[in-house]
Amino acid sequence: MTPQAFQDIPGTYVFTGERAIEGRQLNRFCMSLMSAPNRARFRADERAYLDEWTMTEAQKQAVVNRDFRALLEQGGNIFFVLKIAAVDGRPTQSVAASFAGQSTEEYAAMMRSGGRNPAGLKSISGRF
Amino acid sequence: MARISAGIGSSHVPAIGAALDGGRTAHPDWAPIFSGYEWTRKWVAEHPPDVVILVYNDHASAFSLDVVPTFALGCADSFAPADEGWGPRRVPVVPGHSRLAWHIATSVVLDEFDLTIMNEMKVDHGLTVPLSLVFGQPAEWPVKVIPLAVNVIQYPTPTANRCFRLGEAIARAVRSFPEDLDVQVWGTGGMSHQLAGERAGLINREWDTRFLDQLTADPEALRTMSHEEYIREAGSEGMELIMWLTMRGALGPKARELRRFYHVPASNTAVGHLVLSPEA
Repeated sequence: MTPQAFQDIPGTYVFTGERAIEGRQLNRFCMSLMSAPNRARFRADERAYLDEWTMTEAQKQAVVNRDFRALLEQGGNIFFVLKIAAVDGRPTQSVAASFAGQSTEEYAAMMRSGGRNPAGLKSISGRF
Repeated sequence: MARISAGIGSSHVPAIGAALDGGRTAHPDWAPIFSGYEWTRKWVAEHPPDVVILVYNDHASAFSLDVVPTFALGCADSFAPADEGWGPRRVPVVPGHSRLAWHIATSVVLDEFDLTIMNEMKVDHGLTVPLSLVFGQPAEWPVKVIPLAVNVIQYPTPTANRCFRLGEAIARAVRSFPEDLDVQVWGTGGMSHQLAGERAGLINREWDTRFLDQLTADPEALRTMSHEEYIREAGSEGMELIMWLTMRGALGPKARELRRFYHVPASNTAVGHLVLSPEA
């Protein structure tokens, strides 16, 4: 199901059918945060709200820990897991920075100076 | 008869909308971007379209992963801004053009492009940020909009060539609409960017520049480019650029570049912008 070629691109998640299967309930939970009453219930008691969903315990822990890398590794789609950051009032840049282990300030400075250079980050096999 | 008068390519970075809505257009991070669109604001005011067919992608706003249409055409009379997790953008409701939209739906489906018909749809920053960049902050949008939402967030996404050919089919549909309408096609998204993973923050200026060159002069290479190459070179969200191919396809074999703007960064993203006119 996963085109092999994507696996040669380092540090990159392509949201394939396989990931969609694994993250089905996680992404449904994230989508529920589109409604203001649900956001309020989640804020009031995160654990109780998470327990309404048939997600794995590891997925729930990743939500509680705001571990976005773990969320994507367990089937989260970036645009869905960003709903959790929106609840926290946390900018997308700060989430993006967390993937590369950078502080938000370091990341913002990198973006202002032209972004992350793709040289050396195109291919694990070295084909590109 | 209706005619396609121009094509516009534009990024749709949500932070641009937030900067505008929050009154931060003069901030050094944002001022270069808004001034980069000034030429276009003036040009569009001088060449006002009746209708914009706006090719964009939804970002988990109108569509959850319960239903994933590859191409969804907005046939409603109006489209309300979506709540993207922090309340809807305070921008006017987007007026639709139901009769032209249904004509396009009928024409392209009979032309073997099986798209999804949306009679009710909320629209997110993917659609409203380009409108804001070109029209500013009016009390009402000065144009009717036909949204065309393309799936680029759940693989499999359509091929670049399929997007291009849909643009060609849309042009055939517009030309056969009996009313005298000036129609622009906008392709949005991109340019190079990646939000997640260790490559987050990737910007490929060299590749973006080549994309902007080729889109006008020689779109053939971009049509046949693989998803792998789009993602490898322009980042996982750079895949959005396939939507610019629909705009280009709608303009016909030859197009002329009237305006180009490129800037790094807007938040996580390289901003690209083109105004193209079809050439006989």
